[in-house]
Amino acid sequence: MNQPTPHIGLFIPCYVDQFYPRVGISTLELLEKFGCRVSYPLGQTCCGQPMANAGYERDTEGTARHFIELFKDFDYIVAPSGSCVLHVKEHFPKLPDLEKEHQDIHDKIFELTEFLTDILKVDNLKGKFPHKVGYHASCHGQRGLRLASSSEMNSTPFNKAKSLLENLEGLEWMTLSRTDECCGFGGTFSVTEEALSLRMGRDRLDDHENHEVEILTGGDMSCIMHLQGIASREGRKVKFMHLAEILNQAIQ
Amino acid sequence: MSSRESILNAIRGIEKEEKPLPELPLFGISEDVETGFRKSIEGNKGYIVSEQEFLNWLSEASFPKVYSASSSYASISTLSLPEDPHDLEDLNLAILEGQFGVAENGAIWLDDQQLPHRAIPFITEHLVIILKKENLIPTLHQAYDRIGLDYSGFGLFVAGPSKTADIEQSLVIGAHGAKSLRVVLC
Amino acid sequence: MSHPQAATEFLKDQAKAKWHDETLWFVRDKRDRISKTIPEWEELRNLASQIKENVLSKLDVYLEEFERNAQKNGIQVHWAKDAEEHNQIVFSILQKQKCTAIVKSKSILTEECHLNPYLEKNGIEVVDTDLGERIVQFLNQPPSHIVLPAIHLKKGEIAELFHEKLHTEKGNEDPTYLTHAARLHLREKFLKAKVAITGVNFAVVETGEFVVCTNEGNADMGVHLADVHIACMGIEKIIPRRKDLGVFLRLLARSATGQPVTNYNSHFRSPSPGKEIHLILVDNGRTAQLAREKFRNSLKCIRCGACMNTCPIYRRSGGYSYGSTVPGPIGSILSPGLDMKKHSTLPFASTLCGSCSDVCPVKINIHEQLYEWRQEITKTHGELGKGLSMKLANGIFKSPLAYKISGNLMRTALKTLPKSLIYHPINSWGKGRNLPETPKESFKDWYLKNRK
Ligand code: SF4
Repeated sequence: MNQPTPHIGLFIPCYVDQFYPRVGISTLELLEKFGCRVSYPLGQTCCGQPMANAGYERDTEGTARHFIELFKDFDYIVAPSGSCVLHVKEHFPKLPDLEKEHQDIHDKIFELTEFLTDILKVDNLKGKFPHKVGYHASCHGQRGLRLASSSEMNSTPFNKAKSLLENLEGLEWMTLSRTDECCGFGGTFSVTEEALSLRMGRDRLDDHENHEVEILTGGDMSCIMHLQGIASREGRKVKFMHLAEILNQAIQ
Repeated sequence: MSSRESILNAIRGIEKEEKPLPELPLFGISEDVETGFRKSIEGNKGYIVSEQEFLNWLSEASFPKVYSASSSYASISTLSLPEDPHDLEDLNLAILEGQFGVAENGAIWLDDQQLPHRAIPFITEHLVIILKKENLIPTLHQAYDRIGLDYSGFGLFVAGPSKTADIEQSLVIGAHGAKSLRVVLC
Repeated sequence: MSHPQAATEFLKDQAKAKWHDETLWFVRDKRDRISKTIPEWEELRNLASQIKENVLSKLDVYLEEFERNAQKNGIQVHWAKDAEEHNQIVFSILQKQKCTAIVKSKSILTEECHLNPYLEKNGIEVVDTDLGERIVQFLNQPPSHIVLPAIHLKKGEIAELFHEKLHTEKGNEDPTYLTHAARLHLREKFLKAKVAITGVNFAVVETGEFVVCTNEGNADMGVHLADVHIACMGIEKIIPRRKDLGVFLRLLARSATGQPVTNYNSHFRSPSPGKEIHLILVDNGRTAQLAREKFRNSLKCIRCGACMNTCPIYRRSGGYSYGSTVPGPIGSILSPGLDMKKHSTLPFASTLCGSCSDVCPVKINIHEQLYEWRQEITKTHGELGKGLSMKLANGIFKSPLAYKISGNLMRTALKTLPKSLIYHPINSWGKGRNLPETPKESFKDWYLKNRK
C-alpha cells in the first residue's frame, strides 16, 4: 500500500518570482520540510489577475489556457498567494474545451496556509519565533478563500494562519482594532485611486503600530508590497515578512 | 400601452426560472421574555414602569392635557377625543393599550382598535403604553404569527421614543414624535 | 468629476476624512456586535435572500396581485415607467388637492427621480422632514448616505446653518439643542401640510399593505395629519407574505444602525375614513436591471446602508464622490445600469475586498458584480471604452509589475493598448510608496541553480 507521495506543482506569482524570490524559496523549502514532492513548472507566467480585475478578463484566455496546460497533471497546486489562487479558481475566462481541466484545478489548487492546515493537517508545529507579529488578512484570502472567519459574519471564529503561527514558541499574536480591513492595494486600484490607496495603507500601518507590532505578516505579497512601500517611504519601523518566511525560518 | 402594461410586459419578457419561497422557522430567544423585553425597551431609551411608578410620575408631572384610550385610565383624561387630530397638537400625554410586546427588540403592536386617531402616538409629547406581561412574545416571527392576516387599516410597531442621530451620530431623544415612552408592564 | 478626483478632494481635509471613516466604522461595529447576538443571523440572511430571489423570479405576478389587494383596501395605485412620469403623477395629485406645500419623509426613490426640483419648479414647497434630510435640503445638497443623510457634516457646520435658517444661538453646537430647534420648525410644517409623501420599505402582496420604518416618527407625523398620503416605491420592494416582514424587520435596523428595530414601523393598509392613500409603483430602470442576469439580484437591496458603512472606500471618500443617488458599493452596481458613461469609474472605485457582500443582509454578491461591471464597461466601444482603457492602462503599467512582467499578459496588453501609455513616464505608484528592491536573482533563477 505504498502510495506515491502526491506531486505538488508550485505556483509562484509573477511578482513574487521577480521581487520576492525569498518567499518562493521559503514556500518550497517549507513544503519539502513537510515531506512533499514539489516541482516548479518553468514556463509559468502571470495568471492574468491584473488584467481581469481591470476589466479585461476576456483578454486573459491565453494566460489561463497556458496555466491549465502547465499545471493540470499535478496532484495539488500550491501558491503563497491567496489573491492569485482566488483568481485561478474564480476568474479564469470560460474555456469550453478545458472546462473539466479547469474544474479539476479549481478543486486542487490551494493557498499555502490552507494547504498546510487542510490538506497536510499540520496542527502542532514545533519552532521558535520570539516576536510580536501582526497579521494582515488579504481580502482575497480572507473573504474569497475563507482563510479566516470574516468580522462581518456571525460564524465560529477561525483563522488558518493564526492556527499555524500560534504554535511557535515566543510568538505574540497582536490583535488589531480592525482585524480584517482592506489595505488599499487592490491591483490597479493602487494607482488609479492613488490617494485612497495610500490613505487605506497608512491606516492599516497605524493600526499595526498602535498595537506594537514588530513584524507585519500576511499571505499575500501584493498587500505587503504596498504596505512596505509606504512604510519605507515614511521611515516606519515595522518589518515585513511573508507567512512562509516566518514558518520556514521558525522550523529550521 | 399604459405604463402598467409596459412594465408588466417588460417583466414577462424576461426569461427567468421561478425560485422557491422558503418556509420560515419560528426562531426564539435564549432568555425569558420579560428580561429580554425590559432590556430591549431600555436599550431603545424607553422606560419600563410598574403601575405605581406610573401613577407617581403622573401626579408629579401634572400634565394639563392628557388623553387615555385605555379604559382602565379613562378617569385620567383631561379632554375628550377631538374630531380633528390637529387639535391634539399640544397634547402632553397619551395613554394607549398595547396588544403585545416583542422581547427581542421592544416592539409593541397597536392597530386601529387601540388608536382612535393614528396620529396620537406621534403627536403627543409623552407616550405611555399599558401592556400585560402575559402578552410578551420572543421575536417578530411570533409577532407576525400572532397578527396573522387580521385586518386593520393601520398597524404600528412602536419600540421607543422618537429619536435621531443625524447630527454627528449623537443620539437625541424627541425628534418629531413623543419625547418619552413608558411601558406600564402589568 | 471622476471618483478618483472626488476622493482626492475629500481626503485633503485629513481630520474630517478620518472622522468620517471612524464615525461610519463605529456604526458598522455596532452592527457587528448586535448581529452576533442573534444566533440565527446567517440563516436570516439566507432566508431574506431567498425570499427576494423568489420575488424577482415572478415579479409580474406579485405586482398584479399586490395591486389587486391594495385596491381592495382602498389604496389608489399608480404606475410610472420612469422618473418623469412618477413626478407628473405626484404633481397631478397635488393639483387635484390644490396643494402647494408638502412634507416628505425619507425616500431614496424620490431623490432618484429628482422630485424636489421638479415640484419646486412647479411652485410647490417641499419640506424634507427627516432631520438629516432637512439639513442637507437647507444646503441644497443631496443626501450623502442613504440612511445617514448628513453624515458628511460636522455639528459646527450644522450649528452655523441653523443659526442662519432657524435663528438658533450663534455657536451653539449642542445636538440636542439643534434637534429641538428643528422639531419646532418642522412641527409647524406638519400641522399645515395637506399632502404627505413617504417612501416604502416593504409592500406585502398577500395583504396589499406597505410598511414604512423610521426612528424619528416623521413619516407618521406627516401622513396622519395630512388628508392625502402619497407613497412612492420601486417595483422591487415587494415581498410575498406578511410573515416575511419578520425576517426583514429583524435584519433591517440591525444592519443599518445596529439597533434591534426602528422605533416606528408603520403598516399602511387602508386610508383613515375620509382620507386618501396613493401608491406609485415606479420602474425607472428596474426592469432593465432585472433583464441583466448578472446584475439582477442587485434589486434585492433593502437600502439598509450597511455596505456603505463597511466600505473602506466609501468611509474615506464620502457619499458625494460617487456622484450617484445611491452611493457606495450598491450604488456602484446600480448606477452603471442607469447611465454607464456617467458612472463608468464607479465599479473601479473598489479593491474588490468583498466586505460589502459579507455585510449585506440580503446577500447581494456586490463585489462580484463590481467585477462584472468592469468587464462590461471595458467592452463598450467608442469614447467611453477608449478613455477608460487608457486610464486602466495607466494603472496597470505604472505599477511595479510593469517593470518586470513579460509573457502572455504583457503581450496581450501590448496588442490592445497604445504604446505611449505603457511607457508613460509618470509613476503614481511612487508618489507615496517606494518600489520593492530588485533582488539579484528571480525565484526561477534560484530554482534552476538549486533544484534542477
Ligand atoms: S446592498 Fe445590501 S448592504 Fe447595501 S444597502 Fe442594499 S441591502 Fe444594505
